[in-house]
Amino acid sequence: MDIFDLTAHQLADMLKKRETTAIEITRSVLERIQKVDHDIRAYVTLTAEQAIESAKEVDDNCKEKISPLAGIPAGLKDNICTKEVRTTCCSRMLENFVPPYSATVVERLNQVGAVITGKLNMDEFAMGSSTEYSAFFPTHNPWDLDRVPGGSSGGPAAAVAAGEAIYAIGSDTGGSIRQPAAFCGIVGLKPTYGLVSRYGVVPFASSLDQVGSLTKDVRDCSMVMNVIAGQDSKDSTSAPVDIPDYTSFLTGEIKGKKIGVPRELLDGLDPKMADTFKKALKKLEELGAIVDECSFPHAEAAVPAYHIIAPAEASSNLARFDGVRYGHRAVPEQGKDYDLVEMYMKSRGEGFGPEVKRRVLLGTHFLSTGNYELYYLKALKVRTLIIEDYQRLFREYDVLVTLTTPDLPFKLGRKIDDPLALYHSDSYTIPVNIAGLPAISLPCGFVDGLPVGMQVIAPAFAEGDLLQVAYAFEQNTPYHKQRPPLKKETAKGSES
Amino acid sequence: MVEYEAVIGLEVHVELRTKTKAFCSCPNEFGSEPNSNVCPICLAMPGTLPVLNKSLLEYGIRTGLALNCEIAHFCKFDRKNYFYPDLPKAYQLSQSDFPLCLHGYLDVETDLETRRIRINRVHMEEDAGKLVHGEGNADYSLVDLNRGGVPLLEIVTEPDIRTPEEARLYLENLKAIIQYLGVSDCKMEEGSLRCDANISLRPVGTDILNTKVEIKNMNSFRAVQRALEGEIERQHGLYETGESIIQQTRGWDDVTGTTSLMRTKEEAADYRYFPDPDLVPIHLTSELVESIRKGLPELPAARKERFMDDFGLPAYDAGVLTSSRELADYFEKCVSDYHDPKKVSNWVMVEFLRLLNTHNMEVRDAKLTPSHLVEMLQLMDQGTISGKIAKTVFEEMFATGKKAGIVVEEKGLLQISDESKLAEMVEAVLSAHPEVVEDYRKGKGKALGFLVGQVMKQTRGKANPQMVNKLLLERI
Repeated sequence: MDIFDLTAHQLADMLKKRETTAIEITRSVLERIQKVDHDIRAYVTLTAEQAIESAKEVDDNCKEKISPLAGIPAGLKDNICTKEVRTTCCSRMLENFVPPYSATVVERLNQVGAVITGKLNMDEFAMGSSTEYSAFFPTHNPWDLDRVPGGSSGGPAAAVAAGEAIYAIGSDTGGSIRQPAAFCGIVGLKPTYGLVSRYGVVPFASSLDQVGSLTKDVRDCSMVMNVIAGQDSKDSTSAPVDIPDYTSFLTGEIKGKKIGVPRELLDGLDPKMADTFKKALKKLEELGAIVDECSFPHAEAAVPAYHIIAPAEASSNLARFDGVRYGHRAVPEQGKDYDLVEMYMKSRGEGFGPEVKRRVLLGTHFLSTGNYELYYLKALKVRTLIIEDYQRLFREYDVLVTLTTPDLPFKLGRKIDDPLALYHSDSYTIPVNIAGLPAISLPCGFVDGLPVGMQVIAPAFAEGDLLQVAYAFEQNTPYHKQRPPLKKETAKGSES
Repeated sequence: MVEYEAVIGLEVHVELRTKTKAFCSCPNEFGSEPNSNVCPICLAMPGTLPVLNKSLLEYGIRTGLALNCEIAHFCKFDRKNYFYPDLPKAYQLSQSDFPLCLHGYLDVETDLETRRIRINRVHMEEDAGKLVHGEGNADYSLVDLNRGGVPLLEIVTEPDIRTPEEARLYLENLKAIIQYLGVSDCKMEEGSLRCDANISLRPVGTDILNTKVEIKNMNSFRAVQRALEGEIERQHGLYETGESIIQQTRGWDDVTGTTSLMRTKEEAADYRYFPDPDLVPIHLTSELVESIRKGLPELPAARKERFMDDFGLPAYDAGVLTSSRELADYFEKCVSDYHDPKKVSNWVMVEFLRLLNTHNMEVRDAKLTPSHLVEMLQLMDQGTISGKIAKTVFEEMFATGKKAGIVVEEKGLLQISDESKLAEMVEAVLSAHPEVVEDYRKGKGKALGFLVGQVMKQTRGKANPQMVNKLLLERI
């Protein structure tokens, strides 16, 4: 295996044993980017020079002793602010925006000597499930370049899967880490709301957004969480909880764990997907877990509630992009002037893409006088019902398991003009955000050579339980070891 | 003919004097270089988040308690959404359905009665920045965001105010209370206190609430009173001619002394309030509220009572002296070193306030300190200076900050009490004005005053007036 194909914990071991250097690892990843990114198109901004510099500093100061993430190259979704490196949210609106500050999550990574290779593609302002709504270009799925990598963290997922980053940081509002992780055959964790600081991460829907990791396996996921989790005084919604060593949960042991499978999410599944899921559940039982079907009565209401709450918050969050202080400002034709309202309308009209406009309009509508009670308040009530559903389930089960998404990675362009079909892709992940719970997606098999992801959901701040179950499953299945062949035709992934 | 009464409610915005802004750590200062007190948070750069300044909460609770409000156990911040270049987030963090304080009141004393004005709510919010429009025909406006994110309290009354005068009295009392609390300096001219009014009319004896009109842009308490007086007249005229009142917002023009239409209800914005998801709801314990209550200072009403009881001052004096905390402190400092509170009160209320007003100064800016005044009063008691000269000394002290003794010495203002010297002058005056002496003898009492005046004139006011009187009477 090439260096870029290894995991962070493998590379950390090698660094410790002085079998490699941070520079060597970083060069390997940068060369990989050079070689494959014209096909994948994961990177929006490459920071090769800074990456080499950071790597050199790790080597010079033996920073590998600080943290296993020291010297390991990582990519960041492009809605995570990086000081003096442009942060675009893959929108024309912020095409040239260079923040004078870094997100807290970036500062934490910098403190432990992480090497940042660049900024990764996404659906504009994280609104989408295929990365086709990036204002710049779509990203391609490394398992089949004709297919989407999922979204909105499609760039991060594709980059990790293709060896263009050892791990990546993304954000998840309704499935934006887990669904692309599933589509790209990697591990994606959306932590409990409040576990990771949102400071400096450009918001889509503030009450649903959470920052998380995309990694090649569960151990890497635990290592990243050890660095990025924890309260931040700059984020009032970050929770005052003690952060355990997440790697301590990786026992491989899940005997007696009670696992619930919501039967409402099994209806209408594609037979091949259903079969893959059944096999995965069987594996969990073999490992000693007690797997039961359970009822999640309000599952159906989660997606509509989400598509009210998220755009409502987004319409307000994105109102600051008005052309006054930063970002795109429309320029009138020679000899003409815009008044204030024209300037607002033209700047926002030109700066935002179709999906962003759609959601801003919907959100504005839902919050308007008369509609607030009809839509927004009702959605908040549904939110409470969903939270109660989960509370009831977690009195009986340690974790819940579902497929991450009912879909296989679909062909580029197939759903772009059908927003409702695209929204459906997130129906298993959305309820988790509505309730603010942690959930992980990990590979659980292949269908037609394309990866399938399984989602494990736990009670708030029980990331340890998630990681324990996920690790045991992973260590007893081969899927996480598969790497995409990176060929234009459908890959022949083995289904062993 | 129907007799109408006014139904008035006031909304007051007070800028709080916290060290830092409401949701970031930028300094909260007035008058800095434009855009110098700003950071990524109050510039609303993408991804930044607000964190509540605890002082804002404390100041809000203090104000609520002083206004006899219930302090909510639960409150939250909401977003008030609208586009304007002085509002960087395009929403104002404010409180909608769960404000910090509810159901208070403030008593106002008119000439006739004590009126209780109920307070509907006190809530926390942030200020916007300021637009600086290009001069003349300039085709640009500049934005100064120093004020953006400065903490505000909005204090809203019930429609309990019945006259424009009551409105002014309410504002004066409110300002005094807030200044006593030390949470704001309440300078209307610097915009740290702003007032909007809602007003409607109704036939006396009914309790209906008719269509109201909102008045904005009033820049002084006096302007509030005048604007309301004008609006009562305008609405009265409309009712008389049978026209209907249209719900609207009107702007006050201080120069013309009139209001004009700004916008009607149809043009009003839909603010799309919803709970701010970036700030967590606030749960307040009774212990916290009680500990803040214990720390409240003596408030104007209580201090006025005490001034009347302890110093034997008339209600009027006590009212004026306690109208601001600074003035009351000044007075108390004087009487702690001087035995006659009424005398101090006269000097402070008449001369001191007159000079402050003429020079548009605050108590704290005065060079004339309580010890200046006390020394001067002592010089008067000792007969070193006369009451008339004292006025000159007072003005000089006010202008220069020099002590009374030094002023008297430098200006040669020492009272002339040398009997033989004064007798000489009296003799001279008497012989110079025989006709006046004649008038006096014929019973024209006023003539004596003229003669005293002549002596005073010659001594440039320094002659001991009692002594001159005595000497004249002996010789006339």
